[in-house]
Amino acid sequence: MRHTLAVLVQNRAGVLARISGLFSRRGFNIESITVGRTELPGLSRMTIVSEADDATLEQITKQLNKLIEVVKVSDITADDFVDRELALLKVSADARNRSEILQVVEIFRGKIVDVSEKAMIIEVTGDEEKIDAFVQLTRPYGIKELVRTGKVAMVRGAKSTSEDVAQAASK
Amino acid sequence: MKTTGAAALIEALLNQDVEVVFGYPGGAVLPLYDILLDSPIRHILTRHEQGAAHAADGYARATGKPGICIATSGPGATNLVTGLANAYMDSIPIIAITGQVATDMIGRDSFQEADITGITMPITKHNYLVKDAKDIPRIVKEAFHIATTGRPGPVLIDFPKDVSTAQTKPSHPEKVELPGYKPTYDGHIMQIQRVAKAIQHASRPVLYVGGGVISSGASEEILKLAEICDIPVTTTLMGLGAFPATHPLSLGMLGMHGTKPANYAVCECDLLIAVGARFDDRVTGKIDSFATKAKIVHIDIDPAEIGKNVRVDIPVVGDAKRVLGALLPLVKKKSHDEWREQVERWKAQFPIEYIKDGRLRPQMVVEAIAELTQGNAIITTEVGQNQMWAAQILKPVRPRTFISSGGLGTMGFGFPAAIGAQVGCPDMLVIDIAGDGSFQMNIQELATAVGHHLPVKVAILNNGYLGMVRQWQELFYGGRYSYTSLANANPDFVKLAEAYGAVGMRVTEPDEVKDALREAFKLDQVVVLDFRVEPEENVFPMVPPGGTLDNMLVGSQLREEGKQ
Repeated sequence: MRHTLAVLVQNRAGVLARISGLFSRRGFNIESITVGRTELPGLSRMTIVSEADDATLEQITKQLNKLIEVVKVSDITADDFVDRELALLKVSADARNRSEILQVVEIFRGKIVDVSEKAMIIEVTGDEEKIDAFVQLTRPYGIKELVRTGKVAMVRGAKSTSEDVAQAASK
Repeated sequence: MKTTGAAALIEALLNQDVEVVFGYPGGAVLPLYDILLDSPIRHILTRHEQGAAHAADGYARATGKPGICIATSGPGATNLVTGLANAYMDSIPIIAITGQVATDMIGRDSFQEADITGITMPITKHNYLVKDAKDIPRIVKEAFHIATTGRPGPVLIDFPKDVSTAQTKPSHPEKVELPGYKPTYDGHIMQIQRVAKAIQHASRPVLYVGGGVISSGASEEILKLAEICDIPVTTTLMGLGAFPATHPLSLGMLGMHGTKPANYAVCECDLLIAVGARFDDRVTGKIDSFATKAKIVHIDIDPAEIGKNVRVDIPVVGDAKRVLGALLPLVKKKSHDEWREQVERWKAQFPIEYIKDGRLRPQMVVEAIAELTQGNAIITTEVGQNQMWAAQILKPVRPRTFISSGGLGTMGFGFPAAIGAQVGCPDMLVIDIAGDGSFQMNIQELATAVGHHLPVKVAILNNGYLGMVRQWQELFYGGRYSYTSLANANPDFVKLAEAYGAVGMRVTEPDEVKDALREAFKLDQVVVLDFRVEPEENVFPMVPPGGTLDNMLVGSQLREEGKQ
């Protein structure tokens, strides 16, 4: 089963290498990993998507927790969460099909962020399925370049995944 | 007051009550060594950095205090790697300090540069690259805290040369702040109550005790639990000494070369209480058939060990001493007469045996060491047959008196570890039970032992083979001895010892064994004993690889089948 983990880490040099090294060393799989700063100073949040059975997931969580710089690991798979991915696509486009592509972009609420004579760059945000669908629809026009961020995720509602950590830090 | 980074580091070590370090100088640690010369810290100069790492490890195992080793950048640092991996596998607290090229030279493939933090990431509990001299006091404090608390393990501090010469005003923090590191010491009380209940209901319980009991200092609690609830105890290789092997409830070691009574008891028990042990494959044999009739309790400080290899019915995360301390008031006196009788029958029926035919057999040497020392010695081992005979025959009665490379199985560990143990326990008799192969892997440390007057005794069970590999070749590879014979080029160990300024003795006859050992133990010198033992002696009993614990090979069986 596919799991989404929210991992709060201390923002120190080498922490990403520790985490990716742990996954490869123990034979765990990573489908996507993203990392960025959070509302808490000194802490970064990783969103890791991993395909794992229950026993493997338990090991992943426990082994991650053993890393000194990992502050908190939450498996949010079963929670009601919002997830987003951003993609940039450089699509072949000239005067003849530009408006046609624009319609597709419109439907997906994407944005044109750069236009040149023969191509344009489209920014599109959404969950994985939406991005997949968009990629599929633009493929016939000719995708010259595609880059995706990987998934970031957040649990719905007022509760914060990093709440207890923030409280502990403020004490 | 302003000082250098190197001085700040030594000051930080002194704040941690460091008395001794094992090391080897070099270019990148020159500033550190310059300060070390005038510091009250004793420095043991090994002859190879691997020796320093293992010596620090042996020191830690013998004393319970963290062991410190120092090496220079590049090859010095990479030479520590095996020692760190060894300490990591066996959860031994070591602090390794490595020199590093100056920060502006890092990443340029500079002379003697190696990415040692990258290399050691998977074999240390944590590691640091010090980039700013002002971080030194905090990093050293954190490193000692991480190495010695929770599940102990090695921590490496990589120390660039320019940071060691930088001017700094060290301010030593009062406490450690690591938001991501909070080991659980107290077990969950509901879980402990469940364990008490399980013990109450069990009719064939077994305690399975590992190295965690030694690092936690929980031997007394194990003894009480075993005696109050009448539970036979088996230990892992790492757990030897945690429970007195001479106690009537002792089953000896379990696993691949464990005793038959221990392995049968594990197969037949209805409650297996694992304490500070990790269900290693050398312990469990075929995992699907391990302790199938038992409810399994697992007490461990590392939550990641629980459920890693076997299904666990009652997990308790916590420090062995504290968990058992909380458990003891909850259990009632019990006796399991029928079970005990069964265990006694096994013990009577299946002692550790070998052929006594007048030839010098390696087991004889180990037996003589056990008899002459009566548990009043620290015994280290190398890895292979020597290690298994030592584990089977010695009867360690106290923790920290049996020191062996368990998880990693590092040949060449025993001798430097003995040196480290001797440094930590100067009044103890320290003996390395060695093989001719293993001893040669760190034989250069004879100079360390002689030079620092560390009167370690090395008992080489010299069979002229890489004995354990040869045994597997005999049993599982049709007797094809592929590159396992050392006999044609083994050195004269007696002359070699003498060349280093140690005492060398050769023993070829069974009736000379005890006299030679007695004489060696009396000498206040390094002694190398070259016991010329039966070359093709095997370690039995043995669970064949992938086999089940109740299906052990024994020597007599093989003889009957005409294989020996």
